[in-house]
Parts: sequence; structure tokens; C-alpha cells
Amino acid sequence: MRLLIKNGRVVDPINNIDEKLDIYIEKGVIKKIAKNINIDDVEIYNANNMIVTPGLIDMHTHLREPGYEQKEKISTGSAAAAMGGFTGVVCMANTNPVTDNQATVKLILSIAEKEGIVKVYPVAAVTKNQEGKELTEFGDLKNVGVVALSDDGNPIMNAELMRRALEYAKMFDLPILAHCEDKNLSGDGVVNEGYYSTIKGLRGIPDISESVMVARDIMLTKFTNSKLHIMHISTKRSVELVRQAKEEKLKVTAEVTPHHFSLTEDDIVDYDANFKMNPPLRSEEDRKALIKGLQDDTIEVIASDHAPHTLFEKEREFDLAPFGIIGLETVVPLTFMNLINPGFLSIFDAIKKLTLNPSKILKIKKEGIKKNVLADITVINPELEFIYNKDMIVSKGTNSPFLGKKLKSFPVMTIVEGKMVMKDRKIMV
Amino acid sequence: MKRLNRKDLLDLESLSKEEIELILDTAKPFKELFTKTKKKLDFLKGKTIVNIFYEPSTRTRTSFEIAEKRLGADVINITVSSSSVVKGESLLDTIKTLTAMSADILVMRHSSAGAPHFIASRVPISVINGGDGFHAHPTQALLDMFTIREKLGTLKGKRIALIGDILFSRVARSNIWGLKKMGAKVRIIGPATLVPEYFKKLDVEVFFDLKEGLKGVDVVNILRIQRERQKQMLFPTIREYNRLFGIDEKTLTNSEVLVMHPGPMNRGIEISDYIADSEQAVILEQVTNGIAIRMAVLYLIAGEGDINEIIN
Repeated sequence: MRLLIKNGRVVDPINNIDEKLDIYIEKGVIKKIAKNINIDDVEIYNANNMIVTPGLIDMHTHLREPGYEQKEKISTGSAAAAMGGFTGVVCMANTNPVTDNQATVKLILSIAEKEGIVKVYPVAAVTKNQEGKELTEFGDLKNVGVVALSDDGNPIMNAELMRRALEYAKMFDLPILAHCEDKNLSGDGVVNEGYYSTIKGLRGIPDISESVMVARDIMLTKFTNSKLHIMHISTKRSVELVRQAKEEKLKVTAEVTPHHFSLTEDDIVDYDANFKMNPPLRSEEDRKALIKGLQDDTIEVIASDHAPHTLFEKEREFDLAPFGIIGLETVVPLTFMNLINPGFLSIFDAIKKLTLNPSKILKIKKEGIKKNVLADITVINPELEFIYNKDMIVSKGTNSPFLGKKLKSFPVMTIVEGKMVMKDRKIMV
Repeated sequence: MKRLNRKDLLDLESLSKEEIELILDTAKPFKELFTKTKKKLDFLKGKTIVNIFYEPSTRTRTSFEIAEKRLGADVINITVSSSSVVKGESLLDTIKTLTAMSADILVMRHSSAGAPHFIASRVPISVINGGDGFHAHPTQALLDMFTIREKLGTLKGKRIALIGDILFSRVARSNIWGLKKMGAKVRIIGPATLVPEYFKKLDVEVFFDLKEGLKGVDVVNILRIQRERQKQMLFPTIREYNRLFGIDEKTLTNSEVLVMHPGPMNRGIEISDYIADSEQAVILEQVTNGIAIRMAVLYLIAGEGDINEIIN
């Protein structure tokens, strides 16, 4: 492949670049980065008015394989990632069997090697079978390539166990990604507790069910002098707690999903389970606080929490449908529409939260757009606009609250390890 | 000949004041017919109504069935055990099957809030909500309002107290929407754990003290207290509940106040025998009125013919 990406605005927080540059790629390797490169006999991609960035990383994806292949497979989930502009995804451990042992990690990596379209970085469970009772073998799991530990979906309710997990993980420098939720406070809740839940007769999940656990985990992190990453932060109180922790110089990081900074409980189409996820959509006040948190870097990562389900699981009574929505293919448009275009974040800062920051937390090596490295590139067309519908979706799941909505700013090219996997909204493999 | 210009009756939140008035006005001639010999009508002749109940119910299901039969409909009753909600055929598939059998109207009760809304948006037949989770019970609220209007002449400006387990009550929610739309003043009274203050946003007054809450009321609507709430840590004992919120001759001293209860009653818990059997209690009239309201709703949604011609 000889490819010249011309006239794009290169936004690379890894190498601190933000200017209009051409990029020349030969045999998958970036050979030249300069203004006005002219080479004969080469495929030219005109990226005029487009954004060229290092390949995006999604640090919160559910690929569902092994065990729930009816919802998603590594092949389909990684294709959705490529379509969404991601060159790497971090996949959660709530598979079946749970990713809590070397064999399952190896299985995921071998399927990813054969069928994966983007890089797949597995996460292993903190506790055996995600039951919150016994620790998994962190050392063994690190040896076969897990990048982090998480019981995502199941909070670790036992504070003693969480303490030991944080301590033990220090030996391996593995981050613990915490799903902060007090299960007793959440009960059988299905939407945010407030006026909406009250009026609609739905059981509520109060915001304190998250923030109580965020507070606990921050205290445990301080006590054990360890590291903590808080997943899918959703409330104002949680943001305040993380901000305080950072002021105290604790090693606490946080991520937010595009649906939490884009939607509130008031946007829920009544009893449509495509609006059901955990944590639930919160209030406008919470949404504003999340955006503030992104602005002052209290929240340094944007992650999808891509959670595909089958149609029949979601086409049912709201309280009986499973939690979760797909997200890989809508992260970029929602980030542009709701953070960049209204002026809350610069393109540079937003891209940083999708590239450099997750790679630092997970210690994933990212070279960025640099001479003599394998091309790992995403090109985004900020003007490209679609009515988002089921036919466009590459993931096996179509459970999105954004169906039927006009979305703008889509990735148009994804290059993974020198290989073009998506071009002009088509998967190339 | 006026009709409800809608396919379904799902809740009172989505009904206008005019629609509520139309239903209440239409129920009146139907009730008058009860006292005449001609109880049976043919407004729904040839229509098939399926009463599908995913939750046990005696009074609501029977009331609907009587209303349907008096309107001349063919009636099918299906009771689905709650275990099969989780394990068996999906709700949507069941309802699509009934639609394929050309049912015309579905009366549905379900333990999940919004289940009738979900179904109504996916099948072409009329859906009438017979109670969904703790979200809505529109015909119950309509019959409550009918009863109040019959006894007090109007709803406008009247002070109505809903007492007890508001949090888990579909009757309370539908009453709040309906009464507010009709210009009544609504207050809710009960333990702080069962009376969500979020209702204040709907201009509803909140009281945690029964004595305070009862001051100046015209109507008390006493809700059934479920024993399982105790296990959910929402109040310590039935005994204390009764002492704090039970309506008896000592707590309700004004014999002018209309006493209502949607049933089934827990005598000795939320209501005393004395009050339940007193002159001021209209609990059995509510049951009678329920049939008139349900006839009116069915007639206004799917009936053919004109009730006024029969009455006159």
C-alpha cells in the first residue's frame, strides 16, 4: 500500500501536533509527514477539511465472546470499532465463562488474532466468576496479556476485598477499573431516581448509589496508595469526589460515556429499553457536571461502554430488559456534536481523551503519527451527516437510543497496524 | 355523537381535561341503565375483547368482564402466571398472536410499568390499561373521580387526600394526574419512605403527619398497604403503620369527609371496621361505578351506536 493522506488537519496529542500536514504511508509504515508532499504513482486520499488522528482506543467495550455470540462476536464488535474510528478496544471480562483465567484470555486473543479487525486488549475479572468473593490470579493474567482488571457489571460490594484487590494489583501495575455502584441502594432500579422515575412508575437508582461507592473506592485507593480508574461516571457528586481526589494528588482517573454527556432522563422515549443502561441516564445538572469534569480534566477518558444485546432481549417490558446500549459507532459523532461543536472541548483535547489518556492509564504503547512507525490512524470527516438507522450499524446489536436521530461527524478511514480496515464507511476486510 | 379520538387508554397523564370529562359524562347514562331492566346493550356486538391479566386480579377483571358483556362483546379471559413472564413466550409474541386471532380490544394488566404502552405502540388493536406496575390504573382513577363528582357535585377546588403507600401505587399516580387536570387540590399523606417528595413538582402537597394532612379535606382515598413493604425496610411494623396512618373514628372525626378505598381493604390496618362500614364510606359505590366507567371507556373507544338514543 502506498497512500498519501493529503490536506488533513493532523491532531495528534501523543506527539503534540495540531496542524495541516500530509502523511505518506508505504507498506503500512509512515514514511513522511510534511506540508505539501508530492509523490507520483500513489493512492491519494484527499482529507481536505478532515481531522487525521492517531487510531482511537475504546477502553470500555463488551465484545461478548466467548459465551454470548448471539449478542456480539469479536469479529463483529471489532468491525463496529473500525467503523467507529477505533484501532483498539479494551474488552470487558463479563463473558461466559468469565474472563478470570489464562485459558479464556488466550482464547480471546487467539480469536482476535484470526477474526479481529482492530487490536483487542482483554480485561480480566478482579474476582473469580465476578462473584466478589475470591481474587483471580492477577500475576498469571498479566503474563498472558491482560491490560487491566475489572468486575464491570458487578460492583465489588465487599470493601475488604476491594482493599486487597487494590493492594495486590500494585505488584503488577495493573489498573483496576471500578464499576462504582452500591447494589443495595440500586435495588431493582431501572432508571435514575427522581421526578421521571416517580411519574413513570419505574424503580429508581439514586445518584448516591454511585457516589457512595466512588467515595469508598477513593478512600481505599488513598489508604492503599494504589491506582483506581472509575468507569462510566454519571453523577455530579461523583465528579466532585474525583476532583477532590485529584487535588489530593491521588492516582484516580475517570471515564464518561457519550450517552451520559449527551442525554438525560428527560430524553427517554417512554418505556423504550434502548434507553436503559447502567448507570442510568441522569439529570441535566449531572450532565452539565460531567461536561465540566471533561473540561478541567477531572474526567480524562471518553469510552463507549458498548453493550450489545439481541433485539428480542430489548423488545420487551422496560424493567425486564437487560441494561446496556451499543456505542462504538457513535462515540465520534456524539463527541463532536455535544463537546467540540458547542465549544466545551477543543478537537485536540477531545482526541486526547480517546487516544493518549486511555493508553497512559492502560500502558498501551501508542506511537501516534510519527515517522517510521506502523500507521495507526483515524480520519474523521466533521461534516459527514446521517440519519442514524439500523442498516448503518455494523455491530450485531442495534440497541441504540440514537436510532432515527441525525448524527454528524463520522470517521471515514481507520488504519490498524498499517492496514486499511475501513475506508469511506466500508469495512475493507 | 362524541368519541374518544384515540386507539388506546393507557394513562391519565396523556388525556386532556375534555377527554376525562367526556368519559365521566358518558358513564352517567350507563349507570342509569343499571337500575332499569335493560342491562344489556349491543354497542360492542361482534367485537372480541381479550382480558389478559399477568397479575392476579378479582375486582378489576370481573368489572371489565361485566362491562364488556353488558355492551354485547365476546369476551375471552386469559390469566398468565407471573413466572411465565420471565421464562415463557415474550409478551410481544403473545399479543401479536392474539392480534392475529383478530381480537379487537385488549384489556391488559401487567406487573411491569409501561407494558401496555410498549404493546400499544406495536400492535394495531386497542389497548386498555387495567393497571401496569405502579405506574397507572386509569379506569380506577376515573371511577374514583366519577364517585367524587357524583357525591360532591364537582371536582374543582375539592381537597382530596391520598393516604398510604404512594410510592408503589398506580392508583395514586392516576388519581393525581386526573384530579389535577380536573382542578382538584391533591395532597399525599404517609410515611416518608413511601411518599416521594418528587410529586411536589406536580403541585401536590406532601404530609408525613396524618393529623396535619387531614385538616380541611373533602375526600380521603385510603390505599392498601402491602405487608411486603415491611420486609423492604420501608416501615418497621404494621402495628406502627396503623398507629401513625390508620384511618379510624379517632383520626377521622369529620363525618362529612367522603371515605374511599380502591380495595381490597386491610381492615384494622389502613382502615378501621367502623370507618369502612360507616355512612361516609362510598367503597361499594366505587365498585358499582367502576362498571359504568369501564362501559363508557369501551364505548368511547370502540362502540357503535349512540347511548343517548337508548336513554331517551
